[in-house]
Amino acid sequence: MSWPGFLFMGGYGFYVWGAYVLTLMAMGGEVLLLLRRLSARSCDIRNTPIRGGTEVRA
Amino acid sequence: LIPWCAVPAGILFAVGLYLGLFVAPADFQQGDAYRVLFVHVPAAWMGMLLYILLAFYAAVGCAFNARVSSMMASSLSITGAMFTGLSLVTGSLWGRPTWGTWWVWDARTTSTLILLFLYIGFISLQSAIEDPKRADRAGAVLALVGVVNVPIIYFSVQWWSTLHQGATIRIADETRMAASMLVPLLVMIAACWLYSIAVVLVRLRCLILEREPPGAIAAAK
Repeated sequence: MSWPGFLFMGGYGFYVWGAYVLTLMAMGGEVLLLLRRLSARSCDIRNTPIRGGTEVRA
Repeated sequence: LIPWCAVPAGILFAVGLYLGLFVAPADFQQGDAYRVLFVHVPAAWMGMLLYILLAFYAAVGCAFNARVSSMMASSLSITGAMFTGLSLVTGSLWGRPTWGTWWVWDARTTSTLILLFLYIGFISLQSAIEDPKRADRAGAVLALVGVVNVPIIYFSVQWWSTLHQGATIRIADETRMAASMLVPLLVMIAACWLYSIAVVLVRLRCLILEREPPGAIAAAK
């Protein structure tokens, strides 16, 4: 099958690729947001002094 | 455990997409439109299964005052809502060429929409209440009441006359699907499972870091 034929998907290209692109965006977006959140929280922990006043070094 | 799930999930997604888009033949009735099902079915399954897990962890957290269990329920809710939303949207993209409409108030689609509302309700309720303990308890009540909806979704195609097709993959009975189509579907389901485990565990780690006193965590390191 040729590439244009593959992308056309027998006339259902919009529906098929639309579903795949939306799924990729949702899952990729979730992973990106989570990794940003995790790195922000980890930075907070590194910059927080330990109880008793000693500074934590990164 | 996170890398042990994330890496195989990525590999299985690549294999599943290759098999689903390049190897599986076009359906004799639906043509290539059926390929939407390789993302729709895993999303729908994950939406239901994650809700059952959410209700279980919320109940355990509420009954035994286990904070990590309640945090696990919160962590599951976002991914579950995402998969349920995806199942509705991809179902709509499959329904348009096969049913001729984007949406019908069918028993299966309506009960899945209710599941999405339950997820949104759980997330909203937890974020609306400031005290984490009260938020967890309120969320647990909603989760336990809402879990009744999961068997309704699953059996809706048997209990009512629906436009949505019946179960294709059966555990007790013979599966009504060619192996060339079934294998990519099962690979995609496995990939979604591993993805969910990895993502939920990362979110759980974030929640623990956010809820526990920062000084205590830094001291524990």
